[in-house]
Amino acid sequence: MTTNGSKARKQKRLRVSDSTANPHGAPQAEGHAHHAHPPYLRHHFESVEQQADTTNFAMWLFLLTEIMFFGGLFTAYLIYRNWYYPAFVAASHQLNIFWGTLNTLLLISSSFTMAMGVWCAETRKQSGLVLCLILTFILGLGFLGIKTIEYSEKIEKHHVPGFHYSLNSFLNPDSDEAAKAAGDKPLPLDMARHTEVYFSLYFAMTGMHAVHMIIGIAILGFMIFRARAGAYTTGHVTFVENFGLYWHFVDIVWIFLFPLLYLISRHAN
Amino acid sequence: MNFLSKENGILSWLLTGDHKRIAMLYLFSITFFFFIGGALAGLIRLELLTPQADLMATDTYNKVFTMHGVIMIFFFLVPSVPATIGNFLIPMMVGAKDLALPKINLLSWYLYMAAGILALYTMATGGVDTGWTFTTPLSTHYVNNNVLTTGLAVFIAGFSSIFTGLNFIVTIHKMRCPGMTWFKLPLFVWSNYAASILMVLGTPVLAITIVLIALERTTHIGVFDPANGGDPILFQHLFWFYSHPAVYIMILPGMGVVSEVISTFSRKRVFGYTAVAFSSVAIAIFGFFVWAHHMFIMGISNYSVIVFSLLTMLVAVPSAIKIFNWTFTLYKGSITFETPMLYAFGFMGLFTIGGMTGIFLGTSGTDIHLTETYFIVAHFHFVMVGGMLMAFLSGVHFWWPKMTGRMYPEKISQLAAVVTFIGFNFTFFPQFILGTLGMPRRYASYPPEFQVLNVFSTAGASILGVGYLLPVLYLTWSLKYGEIAGNNPWQATGLEWQTQSPPLTENFPVTPIMDHDVYDYEWLESQKAKEVASV
Repeated sequence: MTTNGSKARKQKRLRVSDSTANPHGAPQAEGHAHHAHPPYLRHHFESVEQQADTTNFAMWLFLLTEIMFFGGLFTAYLIYRNWYYPAFVAASHQLNIFWGTLNTLLLISSSFTMAMGVWCAETRKQSGLVLCLILTFILGLGFLGIKTIEYSEKIEKHHVPGFHYSLNSFLNPDSDEAAKAAGDKPLPLDMARHTEVYFSLYFAMTGMHAVHMIIGIAILGFMIFRARAGAYTTGHVTFVENFGLYWHFVDIVWIFLFPLLYLISRHAN
Repeated sequence: MNFLSKENGILSWLLTGDHKRIAMLYLFSITFFFFIGGALAGLIRLELLTPQADLMATDTYNKVFTMHGVIMIFFFLVPSVPATIGNFLIPMMVGAKDLALPKINLLSWYLYMAAGILALYTMATGGVDTGWTFTTPLSTHYVNNNVLTTGLAVFIAGFSSIFTGLNFIVTIHKMRCPGMTWFKLPLFVWSNYAASILMVLGTPVLAITIVLIALERTTHIGVFDPANGGDPILFQHLFWFYSHPAVYIMILPGMGVVSEVISTFSRKRVFGYTAVAFSSVAIAIFGFFVWAHHMFIMGISNYSVIVFSLLTMLVAVPSAIKIFNWTFTLYKGSITFETPMLYAFGFMGLFTIGGMTGIFLGTSGTDIHLTETYFIVAHFHFVMVGGMLMAFLSGVHFWWPKMTGRMYPEKISQLAAVVTFIGFNFTFFPQFILGTLGMPRRYASYPPEFQVLNVFSTAGASILGVGYLLPVLYLTWSLKYGEIAGNNPWQATGLEWQTQSPPLTENFPVTPIMDHDVYDYEWLESQKAKEVASV
């Protein structure tokens, strides 16, 4: 390797990518040793394209680990829903469809503004990017606000699993507005107790989702400041793109959570 | 000028992005945790010297074996080869300047350290006694709150492992030098790639399982609690969905080391390169579908038992491919017996025994008799200690000249390899017999008729301890007094050997071009001939 001396040292390859590895180097790259490096190109990459490709691939892999993370919860949901279907139906009637639908709308809109933000970054529209990020930020906060309202409803009705959990809504559906409205029949005690499993999963799943939202919103806040300083509109859009992927992922998790938690058996009504 | 001498001072290490320096940080850290775990193992063996529980209270004994398991698995075996040797070598083997994500790499070390310190803190404040498996409802309802800190430690260590695996996969896909096609990758890279897939896909499931345990302890939700209709067996499924593949996370990188070492010291291309490469991937895939063989007596259905028993047998196929192909590589090779080779032979023998006894445990009929006895303890120690630790030591010796630029002293290290092998067999072979005689695991006391074999085992453990201390001493010694190694002391063919030792921070003076085949010893000869001619 070292015998080629200074000639080889001048050689600078443009791109080393997955399938186009070229055993004899790229002759057209000869003599380009001093072409301008953008400041964001890190030393161990050969080119900007390689850097963008690599970080993008890493983000997809990270999202794969996230799928496996939520996968554990979805597995638990699948099993218990099959075992305790009546309890899951009755318990799902306690969720507020209006808030749930509104939250779904908020999240889908936030994915749209995020996608617009990525487009603005790519086309180097700084003010557009800042606006899109702020809108995404607000929509995300709105989602968490509504989630807080929903959680406090559960606390008031003693539907939080644990020592204070109450079976009243399921043993006496007539005493409970939501259950009455859905036309629930009283559950036998054994099955009614399994509503606690539903709420355990409800809090675990939406809670984990909310944690991801909070992390996303924190990063968004950081990005708004950086975007105002013009960090993402000079051609280096990888960070915005990768964050966009994360945000859409969190959105998609909710798209699965919404029907699984809120809409069980709704087709019958 | 090399990566060690380029910058000085503590901050240049703590804030480094250089994969080689991070590998060195990892090497120190995991050695530290290995000796803590080893000390705990020593306590276990001392307690078992006599049939009565006399050295420590039974409760303390439970804590000791739990911490031994937690530290050895999460803080030594899982990161051992990938985070040290793999971190150092994978970028060099694929001809890159660094791992794809250097900051994430450094972050993974910090997470590892944070988790390790948390685990030590748990140990200092009373320890945890669930066994490393955190079985529910024991871990959620009965034992003390240290389950939370231990769980958190394992959770954080998991992220460290995810980041290492993710970094490897991205690097192997995107950072290969020109000419480095998939089938020119050294087998060490293939096996680490397979292990990385397991880290990336398996570890998050462990993470969510630990989160659920923590929630169940703190807020009393009922996912695993039968009182609320939850099911403790679901915990077993989720836990072993990670923890069985974790066994392959531990062993696959070791197999990669053995492939490199066997080829180098028999001067032959690895027999059936493609088969060995794909067997790593096959182990990774099959590894995900065998987890319930840990649960044959836990109350899963008979049909599950049959299916998982069958799938378990399938994993034997790619493992056997590796052993056979290494043997064929040796056939008619010019074999020499340097220390790495001795350790590699140790690996082949002990891993074969460990793997074959796995068949006994994967067969449901014999498993019902043997599970939860010392047979299973001996089985996984043959694989993990006899296999993985031998491979780790083999790799450390093999690449020591590359990492430090110095040779280790050959005679004493050969002695250490033999001592380790003898000590290991003395320690763990008697445990197979104890297991078949019915001695249960995880008890501080046992019937007096088992004492002779236990004394054998404890005596062997002290020999084994000497075998592990020796390398620490002479390797440290060699840092200063060892012979200068030169670029390629073993005449090996990997790209990492074609650059200086220790390497430059950017590994190669110019981006290398892979214009020859992998394990191509004729190419190496022709290179040498060229150099001689030019002089």
